Amino acid sequence: MKLLRILTLTLVVIGLAQAARAQSGPLRIEITEGVIEPLPFAIPTFVGEGGDGAQYAADISRVVAADLAGTGLFREIPSSAFISSVTSFDAPVSYPDWKAINAQALVTGAVATGPGGTLSVKFRLFDVFSGAPLGEGLQFSGTVSGWRRMAHKVADVVYSRITGENGYFDSRVVFVSESGPKDARRKRLAIMDYDGANVQYLTDSTSLVLAPRFSPTGDRVLYTSYESGRPQIYLLDVASVGRMALDTGGGNMTFSPRFNPNGTGVVFSLERGGNSDLYTMDLGGGGLRQLTDTPAIETAPSYSPDGSQMVFESDRSGTQQLYVMPAGGGEATRISFGPGRYSTPVWSPRGDLIAFTKQNAGRFHIGVMRVDGSEERLLTASFLDEGPTWSPNGRVIMFTRETQGAEGAPGLYSVDISGRNLRRVQTPEAASDPSWGPLQN
Amino acid sequence: MKHVTMAAMLIGALALAACDKNSRFGDDAAAAGGAFAAGSASDPTSPAYFQQTIGDRVLFAVDQSTLSPEAQNILTKQAAWLGENPEYTALIEGHADEQGTREYNLALGARRASAVQSFLIDRGVAPNRLKTISYGKERPLAICSDESCYAQNRRAVTVLTAGVGSS
Repeated sequence: MKLLRILTLTLVVIGLAQAARAQSGPLRIEITEGVIEPLPFAIPTFVGEGGDGAQYAADISRVVAADLAGTGLFREIPSSAFISSVTSFDAPVSYPDWKAINAQALVTGAVATGPGGTLSVKFRLFDVFSGAPLGEGLQFSGTVSGWRRMAHKVADVVYSRITGENGYFDSRVVFVSESGPKDARRKRLAIMDYDGANVQYLTDSTSLVLAPRFSPTGDRVLYTSYESGRPQIYLLDVASVGRMALDTGGGNMTFSPRFNPNGTGVVFSLERGGNSDLYTMDLGGGGLRQLTDTPAIETAPSYSPDGSQMVFESDRSGTQQLYVMPAGGGEATRISFGPGRYSTPVWSPRGDLIAFTKQNAGRFHIGVMRVDGSEERLLTASFLDEGPTWSPNGRVIMFTRETQGAEGAPGLYSVDISGRNLRRVQTPEAASDPSWGPLQN
Repeated sequence: MKHVTMAAMLIGALALAACDKNSRFGDDAAAAGGAFAAGSASDPTSPAYFQQTIGDRVLFAVDQSTLSPEAQNILTKQAAWLGENPEYTALIEGHADEQGTREYNLALGARRASAVQSFLIDRGVAPNRLKTISYGKERPLAICSDESCYAQNRRAVTVLTAGVGSS
């Protein structure tokens, strides 16, 4: 069974009749300014150009639209409002017709299938109010089974051209899929596209599994499993689903792993005699090194993107708080000072923020703060929110929200770092502990 | 270098251990090994007696692993029972309530299990008869979301197994 979809994407620049201007014209969303009014866009159903192209064209344009609208930065204009229709990819664009319905961006595309299950998608992005294409037309080629990825690629380019930032749609999330009653929950590792599509299971539910973490390249996963009878860290290869225990040599509980930024090592908690400290180890085996040595619970470590520092939680002050220290260990500086308890810190891929869980006055929050602890902002509030993970571009946070009571169950949610656009990520079963992987190549 | 379990997994095709809950979480006296088919709760050498009469679990305050006087009283009796019944070993499970993050609760459960283990060792139980495991907040006993349930879930349970200890 293949769990990794085989998709070789090739990208071709399409020549345009009009000279494509390398512009960054008026069509622009500055995300940092805090977008209040989403940018209206139109995406007429892509044109079927050959083979089963028409069949995929409808689905692909829907996924592109959902990606863009799902950010909260864009608003799709319904096709019922359209004046023009697009029946040929190379036909001239009737700008006034799109301007009249206030479409500021227009995405057109065409889809064709070929022999051997190949699929190609080409598209253009237009700045309606400037009356000009925004960037050059592009073509992605792959296999029909990868049609969703190609749609996400299109949406990533559109997002990137309009916001000036990298997209995050062609990415995957590894998480824990849950079923069964609350006192006997069955858990298995699963992987899915960022939007909840294409769920595949990486383990069965024979053993409890917790808190998977993607490698920087998305090819491997570290997680905690009770497979050996006690909580222990495992390394799983996503393509083959082969797994092996991380052998720290002592028969201790190990948990809360995270890859270092170059993917060669792991930082984690190791418990000995009831006390949990932070350790690092080489993934090739060996090199076990202790980073903290206190009677406190030290866990949830996360590296800065440059690998020079790490943030973690410790209750050395009496309650859970966040600390930053050099990646090799050493003096730790406390960065959280507000009321309540702070935990599960995660350094953003941009390096500028730390996302965390905060527990205060009987509520749980997901929040962000600067790496020095300043400018704390709480993004969510609920009975139980925990475990943030960053989108590859550092603009969106996914996390676990668990509902209250005997029938309570966890689900995955996302929110942007301004605190807007809270959304549920649909999963087939209850779900927890998301880890968002990198943008795929 | 590593003990490798490169299992080629058949997703979804597996036999589930249906009795998992009872046998692993100490809620069923029969879980303790099968060597005592005749041992009812009135038999003071039976695991059922240990579980029901002595008490196989102790409870903790919020975010604490300190043993209350009541807990110490139960554990003192557990230690005496283990002294009189050397054919049993014990796995001490540490648990937390759901009001905490997953990793911290795993560590907290380990602290609680370790507190019980240390107490029993201090009362003369051989260290090689005692093992610990933390379940964090993964295996609540009571499933409501208020203190009446949380109080039952912040626990350490001494689960007996027939057999002599190993080092």
